[in-house]
Amino acid sequence: MLGNFDFDVIRRALPYLFYEGMTFTLTLTGLAALGGLIFGTALALMRLSGLKLLGRIAGIYVDFMRSLPLVLVIFWFYFLVPYIGQWLTGASRPISVGAFASSLITFIMFEAAYFSEIMRAGIQSISRGQPAAASALGLTYAQTMRYVVLPQAFRNMLPVLITQTIVLFQDTSLVYVLSITDFLGAASKVAQRDGRLVEMYLFAAVVYFTISCIASFGVRRLQARIAIIR
Amino acid sequence: MIEISHVNKWYSPSFQVLTDCTTSVTKGEVVVVCGPSGSGKSTLIKCVNALEPFQSGDILVDGTKVNDPKTNLPKLRSRVGMVFQHFELFPHLKIIDNLCLAQEKVLGRGHDKSVTKGMQLLERVGLKEQAQKFPAQLSGGQQQRVAIARALAMDPIVMLFDEPTSALDPEMVSEVLDVMVDLAREGMTMMVVTHEMGFARKVANRVIFMDRGEIVEDAPKEDFFGKPRSDRAQKFLSKILSH
Ligand SMILES: Nc1ncnc2c1ncn2[C@@H]1O[C@H](COP(=O)(O)OP(=O)(O)OP(=O)(O)O)[C@@H](O)[C@H]1O
Ligand SMILES: [Mg+2]
Repeated sequence: MLGNFDFDVIRRALPYLFYEGMTFTLTLTGLAALGGLIFGTALALMRLSGLKLLGRIAGIYVDFMRSLPLVLVIFWFYFLVPYIGQWLTGASRPISVGAFASSLITFIMFEAAYFSEIMRAGIQSISRGQPAAASALGLTYAQTMRYVVLPQAFRNMLPVLITQTIVLFQDTSLVYVLSITDFLGAASKVAQRDGRLVEMYLFAAVVYFTISCIASFGVRRLQARIAIIR
Repeated sequence: MIEISHVNKWYSPSFQVLTDCTTSVTKGEVVVVCGPSGSGKSTLIKCVNALEPFQSGDILVDGTKVNDPKTNLPKLRSRVGMVFQHFELFPHLKIIDNLCLAQEKVLGRGHDKSVTKGMQLLERVGLKEQAQKFPAQLSGGQQQRVAIARALAMDPIVMLFDEPTSALDPEMVSEVLDVMVDLAREGMTMMVVTHEMGFARKVANRVIFMDRGEIVEDAPKEDFFGKPRSDRAQKFLSKILSH
């Protein structure tokens, strides 16, 4: 099988794979991680706010998202959003939402559930004396969170947050169900067109593996550094 | 300056932590609060700047009612300095930034002015050279002096101390007490929870003794060390003075 392994197919496809595919994958990963972190932090703050109703809503949301397979969420969201949009705006036809926007929103909503649990653990890891000291200086609740609690929670949780982002990076390949040209989508298109499944899927695997490995290695170095500072 | 009258506080319906506490601290006065562990000293002092709520009674700070829902608590707290047992410096900020944060965000002071003020206070507590370090790089005694400077940077009208030296190695206690003694001699109004009776003898005007959530003794220093009226205070004193 490997006897007629054609490296040239890969070489010729490289510009397409990286300029188009990988650019999309990294953009989606970056934006989804950022959005998921912001939304997830908001969810974590809701759960820790001490306000029962707010906490319940966030809790139900997180549990709901975490009990659904991601691929289903992507799929349903893509088909449902135009109708939800129509219903919300009262338009006469379904609102068209691009595949990119749809998948980005899906990933933000889905990842937020995971990031919120990480941030919640991070916030809880900070001793109660810290917010007390901030309040005693006259900082408001919002200022205490923004300048004292969240920066520390984020720092403490950085390794876990990056690890979760690596998972997200791999999960973005699921957008293939919307026939989007992410890195895997691009590889798969070339594979189909040239009839070179082995080469392209093997190459795709190597690329995902390498990037994830380098990132994990980075996380371990980071963990070691954080351990020294504390 | 601080008026505490008939304060009652429960942590749960079956556990009353403060019982009918009444006392006051006038301007320029230094009041030391002592008593056995768990007697409610920390809780009482935290009620003064509303870090802990209480169910009945009143506390006035400079005429402002702490337990009035309409009181702007952040504003009130910014005028009441507080020093904690475990320092509670912000570990992710440099020393100088620890001193500037609240000046800038709460008082709205400009950055340069805050830094100038911060450096002045660091110099005063003998730590100017440490301004660019992080809290974890300082010894406990140094951290506590920074914490005092941080509170002073807000130009407080009164300072609260909750066992500021009890988490310190013995050889570092005096460097912190020296700063506090200076502060007292300059006329700062202070309410200090501590077991450092040497400090009390040196600068306190009055000593309050608490036991099981009650203020058992509230007397001028001379009277308190001369002849405490209650058995409990007497026992407590002989215990801590014996070592
Ligand atoms: N958040 C809380 N919830 C319930 N009980 C509490 C809480 N904080 C303190 N307590 C209890 O209230 C009592 C008084 O606590 P407090 O910290 O005021 O005592 P203290 O006099 O400062 O003691 P120490 O000398 O050990 O600091 C203790 O029995 C303590 O266990
Ligand atoms: Mg205490």
